[in-house]
Amino acid sequence: MNYQYVLQRLFTALIVVLGVTFVVFMIMQIVPGDPARVVLGPYASDESVAGLRERLGLNRPFFVQYASWLGGVLQGDFGQSLLNGQEVAPQLWGRVGPSFELAMVSLFVGLAIAFPVGMISALKPGSAIDVVATLFSQIGVSVPTFWMGILLVIVFALNLGVLPPSGYTPITEDPGDWLAHIVLPAFTAGFVSASIQTRFIRSAMLDVLSANYVQTARAKGLAERKVIVNHALRNALINIVTIIGLQITALFSGIVIVEVVFSWPGLGRLALNAVLERDYPLLQGAVFFVAVMVTVVNLFIDLLYFFLDPRIEFA
Amino acid sequence: MAMEKPQSARKRKQTNESPGPANTLWRDAGRRLLRHRLAMFGALVLLIVLVMGIFGPAITPYDPNGMDFANRFADPSFSHPMGTDDFGRDIFSRIIIGARVSLQVGFVAVSVATIIGTGLGLIAGYGSRLTDEVIMRAMDVLYAFPAILLAIAIMAALGKGIGNAMIAIGLVYIPIFARIARAAVLGIRNEEFIIAAKAMGAGDARILISHVLPNVLSPIIVEITLSLAFAILAEASLSFFGLGTQPPDPSWGRMLSEGRDFFRQSGWMGVFPGLAIFFTVMGFNFLGDGLRDALDPKLRR
Repeated sequence: MNYQYVLQRLFTALIVVLGVTFVVFMIMQIVPGDPARVVLGPYASDESVAGLRERLGLNRPFFVQYASWLGGVLQGDFGQSLLNGQEVAPQLWGRVGPSFELAMVSLFVGLAIAFPVGMISALKPGSAIDVVATLFSQIGVSVPTFWMGILLVIVFALNLGVLPPSGYTPITEDPGDWLAHIVLPAFTAGFVSASIQTRFIRSAMLDVLSANYVQTARAKGLAERKVIVNHALRNALINIVTIIGLQITALFSGIVIVEVVFSWPGLGRLALNAVLERDYPLLQGAVFFVAVMVTVVNLFIDLLYFFLDPRIEFA
Repeated sequence: MAMEKPQSARKRKQTNESPGPANTLWRDAGRRLLRHRLAMFGALVLLIVLVMGIFGPAITPYDPNGMDFANRFADPSFSHPMGTDDFGRDIFSRIIIGARVSLQVGFVAVSVATIIGTGLGLIAGYGSRLTDEVIMRAMDVLYAFPAILLAIAIMAALGKGIGNAMIAIGLVYIPIFARIARAAVLGIRNEEFIIAAKAMGAGDARILISHVLPNVLSPIIVEITLSLAFAILAEASLSFFGLGTQPPDPSWGRMLSEGRDFFRQSGWMGVFPGLAIFFTVMGFNFLGDGLRDALDPKLRR
């Protein structure tokens, strides 16, 4: 087995994460004027502004600031919250679990919708099911995520009262309650990603169905089910996995929005609260964590791709 | 279709009589687009939104900020087709006014993304290996952030407000245009007409602008249309989060966030602004898909 690809992929991921640290660091640098003044407001005294500048290290040269910030991040230190002075890192770690759970359940819900619908569409192109599915996926990509969340809350929580409108219970505490809380947010994020993925799964499947090896398999008299499962699906899967990887960033975009709508205690909601409170260290930490999570999930999917398709030796 | 006119006029001048290949290309594409039912439906929806955006204040039945406390949370009726909100303001009028903000943000943000992104993509695709590496790795990094989160982070630095929302959304979509432009350039950079232009002594800038750009235009036009859909969604999300449009200006996203506390009294407050966003985004998506089919018939299924 050739591990050059794996190493190369790991290396690119590391470079991306390094770039991510730079972008996240830049958030506070591009604040127009003096970030310390922006944080404290127009009525703060000059001494307290100078004090905060000192605490944030804003008086030091740009690269010294970046190096010391990066050094902290490498040791898991994201600084202190400007709001309450508490360490940022523990707050971040507490939010990773809920965000990750929501992302994975949403991905699962999305695929559970997209996979069968895309497959049936591709196997019967032009049929009524195909037309309905295609239209549905085109409409689905246009639905604003937060609006869909709101509508589901109005219907299922406020009017029918069958599901909680917001909140979170750890799965270790009460799995049933966890499930009740995750249904609406996961369906909201999953629905939007399903409408994108249905299209891709359909076209990936159509591609392989017209390939020569599928014709050959049919010509040699294989049962249709075998042709589809052993020849078509196995090859389509490689493309489908790539597409899932490409959609991960978009999925997390949806997760951020859904977390806010459903008061889900994840990194996205933390980031938004940090923005509204102008708590830059907390915001930087939250954005960094999400970007790293996206990169790691992507890396994992790429490596999966490597195991699915032994022909790939190096990219 | 606005693209079509100057292109064909210029071509005709150059070749004198017979329509050049570019001419028939755009004309055929236009014809295919007119036959594309979903695209035409999208265009019709967008026409309505555009009319609302341009003539907004002149065509609202009520003052969009006029309050009527006797008439709070009214259900849709003949006098208030979409009902009224928590201040008794006419939701229909506010939706008409909101179209302008959405369109403005969409156009400005996508212009930012198109100009910077396409420029970077052209340079990456046409320039040296090192330039390409540097630009595209930077794009990869930006791409690692979920779009909405990056926009939120940029808004955090620049401050709230609709102008900053335009910049933030524009910056977020730069990598998409860079990737598309680069891929298109790589596809043609060794074509004969480029080599010929080089042999005739044309400079890099001239080759990029008058030979490469016109040939990578169709994927970019498609992406512009689809990005308008994304930009309008993103603006609505930022305004929903309280970062975009500031009170009392109505924007569709902010109407939804303001209505959140009142959905028990009137669920309608949560329905119509969302429908407005949905139809506008759908209009751009349908038109973009139609353009893609029309400009690249080979890809069509």
